Amino acid sequence: MLFESVLITIATAATPLLLAAIGELVVERSGVLNLGVEGMMVMGAVCGFGAAALTGSPWLGVLAAVAAGSLFSLLFGFLTLSIATNQVATGLSLTLLGLGLSSMIGEAFVGSAGTKLPTLAAGLGAVPVVGPPLQNLLTNLAELPLIGRFLFGQDPIFYISILLVVGVAWFLFRTRAGLTLRSVGDNHASAHALGINVLGIRYLAVMFGGACAGLAGGHLSLVYTPQWVENMTAGRGWIALALVVFASWRPLRVLAGAYLFGAVTIGQLHAQAMGFGIPSQLLSAMPYLATILVLVLISRNRRLTLMNTPASLGQPFVPDR
Amino acid sequence: MKKLLLGVSSAMLMASVAAPALAQDKTKACFVYIGSKTDGGWTQAHDIGRQQVDAELGDQVETAFVENVPEGPDAERAIERLARSGCDIVFATSFGFMDQTVAVAQKFPDVKFEHATGYKTADNLAVYNARFYEGRYIQGQIAAKMSEKGVAGYIASFPIPEVVMGINAFVLGAQSVNPDFKVKVVWANTWFDAGKEADAAKVLIDQGVDVMTQHTDSTAPMQVAAERGIKAFGQASDMIKAGPETQLTAILDTWGPYYVKRIKAVMDGTWTSGNIWDGLAEGILSMAPYTNMPDDVKAMAEETEAKIKSGELKPFTGPINKQDGTQWLAAGENADDKTLAGLNFYVEGVDDQLPK
Repeated sequence: MLFESVLITIATAATPLLLAAIGELVVERSGVLNLGVEGMMVMGAVCGFGAAALTGSPWLGVLAAVAAGSLFSLLFGFLTLSIATNQVATGLSLTLLGLGLSSMIGEAFVGSAGTKLPTLAAGLGAVPVVGPPLQNLLTNLAELPLIGRFLFGQDPIFYISILLVVGVAWFLFRTRAGLTLRSVGDNHASAHALGINVLGIRYLAVMFGGACAGLAGGHLSLVYTPQWVENMTAGRGWIALALVVFASWRPLRVLAGAYLFGAVTIGQLHAQAMGFGIPSQLLSAMPYLATILVLVLISRNRRLTLMNTPASLGQPFVPDR
Repeated sequence: MKKLLLGVSSAMLMASVAAPALAQDKTKACFVYIGSKTDGGWTQAHDIGRQQVDAELGDQVETAFVENVPEGPDAERAIERLARSGCDIVFATSFGFMDQTVAVAQKFPDVKFEHATGYKTADNLAVYNARFYEGRYIQGQIAAKMSEKGVAGYIASFPIPEVVMGINAFVLGAQSVNPDFKVKVVWANTWFDAGKEADAAKVLIDQGVDVMTQHTDSTAPMQVAAERGIKAFGQASDMIKAGPETQLTAILDTWGPYYVKRIKAVMDGTWTSGNIWDGLAEGILSMAPYTNMPDDVKAMAEETEAKIKSGELKPFTGPINKQDGTQWLAAGENADDKTLAGLNFYVEGVDDQLPK
């Protein structure tokens, strides 16, 4: 019972990091560095919450969060891709703008009651004909000891996040389109010379990253803590950015990093509550230390890491130059 | 990175607050906030106080505020800007604005300054604070009555005297009802991170607490408590909306009457510096309605509140031992304000090691 509950708490803490990081991974693999993750995430959070509050449907909230994140990233895309502004500066401004804009949009929603996204099983139950039997199946499977609820009793965004990791890994390393995207990130001039539409691919990647960050924000305001408060992302966008780098741009390592971070975060709180007598400041730093240490150890092969690093990362591409 | 961002955003905010020249017959009262005025907690309580000034003093007064001012050099610029723009009195509402307020007060001897929760005063600089621990003591008593397992969860922010005082008062209150009562403390090391606060709440509930209180600012722990079906206390503002069947009571910061009184004193020319540490009796803090509890618990809470108000009961009255078992206060002895304001140790019965 305790074990099960701890697993779910860890998954809830890891999911927003994982979503934002897997999106940013694709963006960076295409050669674009978007430091605006925090801004896109917080926009997703406020729009997701707002849409759910106004329509009463948390499902529409999720859609709104995704749409808000990707539309907001389009602004970054236009500036850095079409008019080749500095990516670092533009990404930082996107974060600032997102934080400010979200508190303006969110002013009306401060303190209003949130709607929590139902679990996948409950959500399926509402689908006519095929829904109820599926709901029964999942509800029964969730009764399995220890891992039943973790595997079968969670919210839909958790499943989306896992599918996204698998999907992105397959796409990047097993499909032609993924190869093309990586080639754009490694050497945009050569890719351009081969007739690949560099900017088009980067636009798509940036929007995918925005959608993922928006969904991560939606998870915060619709699942994690179903409410809207200013700056509710509280730095999670930056953690996601760091995860991508320390995972040396590999999807499965991002998954490992996000869950490790979540597990140590929750584990140190349990250690505190059990009164182990370790200074809480040290415990609070543990998730960061442990995650960096483990991911650095995994990525200690320098040659492989260099191979995984997108060589054109952060460099603007202007086709006619 | 975050500091830099905050700096940039506060610089932008400051540009927007530059106030127009004022008619001289109005008294201008200005406020510096550390957070957003809609944070649902600490800063919102101050802003409600400011709105009360507007409502009660009407045309005689004009108020202005700057929000999201980070502690540090930016605070000094924000406070100085207000002082320059014709404010007659400036309220700096965070502990971390202390040295900046002192510096600006020296430069503007004709402007009155008031600093919340600090301890440095000057001829034109007063400090004011509230005895939040009085409310925590009542909460502790309620927790001991309501808990079946005899264990409460406590989500703490940072190990500063204010927070340590609260934990001690909560424990003393609980032990006045049930001497074996235990408190599990989890330090979130943040004032405001809804996700982290929710995590802490889930962890505490998983570890078996059945009543919970918090010294962090978001309503997330209340929401988790509601979801998991345990009882909890709100912090700084009434959080009943986040847990209609969960909140037992909350400590409400009520700065309005104090602000009205001090601004009136500026108008009358009777303002003097001072060091005010008011409590339930003066109304600077109050308790949200006692809800979701049996009548006898409610009656006990109301009685304790009345006793604290009348001065009959002081939470920090001996005999009290420190956590290591050595004596702190002898029987009947009261803790003096100076010790309380710098409190850095636990009393006996706290099941946690205080982070240094």
